[in-house]
Amino acid sequence: MSQEPRLVEVRRNVLKQNDVIAGELRQRFRQAGVYTVSLVSSPGSGKTAFLEKTLSLLGRSHRVAALVGDLATENDAARLRRSQAPVRQITTGTVCHLEAAMVRSALEGSNALEAWDLDELDFLFIENVGNLVCPSSYDLGENLRLVLLSVTEGEDKPLKYPTIFNSADVAVVTKIDLAAAVEFDWDSALANIQAVRPNMQVLRVSAKTGEGLDEWQRFLQARVAEGALGKLALDVAFPGV
Amino acid sequence: MHELSIAISLVEGAQEEAAKHGAASVSAVHLRLGPLSGVVKEALLFSYDLAAEGTPLQGSKLIIEETAVMVFCAACQGRRPIRSLQSICCAICNAPATEVVQGRELEVVALEIRQ
Repeated sequence: MSQEPRLVEVRRNVLKQNDVIAGELRQRFRQAGVYTVSLVSSPGSGKTAFLEKTLSLLGRSHRVAALVGDLATENDAARLRRSQAPVRQITTGTVCHLEAAMVRSALEGSNALEAWDLDELDFLFIENVGNLVCPSSYDLGENLRLVLLSVTEGEDKPLKYPTIFNSADVAVVTKIDLAAAVEFDWDSALANIQAVRPNMQVLRVSAKTGEGLDEWQRFLQARVAEGALGKLALDVAFPGV
Repeated sequence: MHELSIAISLVEGAQEEAAKHGAASVSAVHLRLGPLSGVVKEALLFSYDLAAEGTPLQGSKLIIEETAVMVFCAACQGRRPIRSLQSICCAICNAPATEVVQGRELEVVALEIRQ
């Protein structure tokens, strides 16, 4: 053994293992034609209520399913099952975020009979653990990442948690039926979102009154159509790839 | 706080890379860390020693190089720094920037090993 340490260059993403699994999931979703949406937000911002409504409404015309992450309890899965959609809870124990491997095992279930057939689905929703910090680091293979912000949380949340807002594709402002009661400053909230993620699309919804949910569904279907067109263009340009 | 699980992945990855280079021991791991990685430097340094305990990396040093966020500015056509994380705009011309080209790094870039 030589005495002097030697410096060797390597290049390795620390989350390589997660990224590899996420890449495999993304490919499976694409092949099965499932559009996958993940939801991140702080605890209590209305992810589950928004998702429950989404599953019920979208479930009328599409085949939908959801995975829901929490540290403990099956409560959210039980709530979401009221929509009649297949739902599985991922309990993470003490882990504060979902990882791609957790999504993969939840899809597989505990035995071969329980594995979800992705070909039978149009949309898969993945509700992350309520946390505005840790989930930003982990790719889950999703097509679209939503970050939710409820009007009761304050307009400056995006400035306090820029990383997660920057990692998301679309912001959804929830509980807008309470906006007037809490004197929510829309201009300031929208400016803050744009400051940390320029050009980010913002949707406004109330799971309670249903306001904004039609627009949300139209938005989602347009995204799916864009993706299908993109895939079609690729298939034409590179047949058989 | 997910830095402990990050540190465990880091130690596992560094061990694999060290083995590829036929290392007998590792004295330091060099990591590039971006402000948009979602990982806090101090928490990662704290977790590293715990994660390395009982592995061949026990006692090794974690050396973190923090990168700056860089964007491609479509307005002034170049790779530019940003004003701040709370204002992801080109620091030169102030145009909002949508294309982050650096700042999400969480990667091992070098190892100090004895063979």
